[in-house]
Amino acid sequence: MLVSVYRYNPDVDKAPYMQDMEVAIPEGRDLMILDVLAIMKEQDPTLAYRRSCREGVCGSDGMNMNGKNGLACITSISQVVKGGKLVLRPLPGLPVIRDLVVDMSMFYKQYEKIRPYLINDMPAPAIERIQSPEDREKLDGLYECILCACCSTACPSFWWNPDKFIGPSGLLQAYRFLVDSRDTATVERLADLDDPFSVFRCRGIMNCVSVCPKGLNPTRAIGHIRNMLLQRAT
Amino acid sequence: MVMSVTSFGRSGVYDWMVQRVSAVVLAAYVLFILGYLVASPDLTYEAWKGLFSNACVRIFSLGALVSLGAHAWVGLWTISTDYLKNGVVRFLCQALCGAVMFVYFVWGIEILWGL
Repeated sequence: MLVSVYRYNPDVDKAPYMQDMEVAIPEGRDLMILDVLAIMKEQDPTLAYRRSCREGVCGSDGMNMNGKNGLACITSISQVVKGGKLVLRPLPGLPVIRDLVVDMSMFYKQYEKIRPYLINDMPAPAIERIQSPEDREKLDGLYECILCACCSTACPSFWWNPDKFIGPSGLLQAYRFLVDSRDTATVERLADLDDPFSVFRCRGIMNCVSVCPKGLNPTRAIGHIRNMLLQRAT
Repeated sequence: MVMSVTSFGRSGVYDWMVQRVSAVVLAAYVLFILGYLVASPDLTYEAWKGLFSNACVRIFSLGALVSLGAHAWVGLWTISTDYLKNGVVRFLCQALCGAVMFVYFVWGIEILWGL
């Protein structure tokens, strides 16, 4: 199979380029893209990419495969390759450190902005803060985010304003804490989001939903945040 | 919170609401005008002038004009902050858009009440 991979080593290369490599895929096997990368790295040990758990849990190997973001470890060749060619690029919109490795500082900065931790100004109980099963259910579809950045880097609003727009991943997490019955900082959290960029730069094109490897729906969470902001303002 | 001095209401929720409400007004106005044109196959200049002599139609038209200005400002402000990264160019573009909308507004009043 022909694989075209994005290469850029800022110490050596003046500009990024695409390198074509012929990769021998074992007969009758539908390898994951991460396995294809491992074969490629044997051919060319200078190829750089991130990986860790190799089972879709850590979110390290997010990349753009034939035009669509996803995790290389849980995306098979048959899912993305049409016409016998695979094109691998780094996640779009973030600065490239080397080859398929991107600098995720901006992504984490936005995540940090939403204060991704429980804030509760009530005295701590002796054992734990109790939450009803119904309230706990509200966190389903939100807490599962693994911060792989596939969604935010598929979002044009995040490409144009990565310093101002929180992005789908950060907003999914923002709603996770807004809706948590144990969190008491809802008013402050909403006040932080009520500007023309943080939430409202979302135009609802749903690229985030299309690419999320965990099947989550950031657009729905953003809609919930927008409704909370509207209720707060009316 | 991200501060932006050039946005319409300096609040995301306010701009969002302005854009939705103005869109409803514009849609209603378009339907009204289309409905009138369909219902008047033999439209004459006198009938058209008579329509806009009605105070309610003038107020509705002015409302649609204000809605157009507000809707266009929020939309163009969003587009300019997406694509124009040079602050001076962006500000000049926004100023031009604002000036054009102001001209349309004043000109619209002159047309509506100058008939």
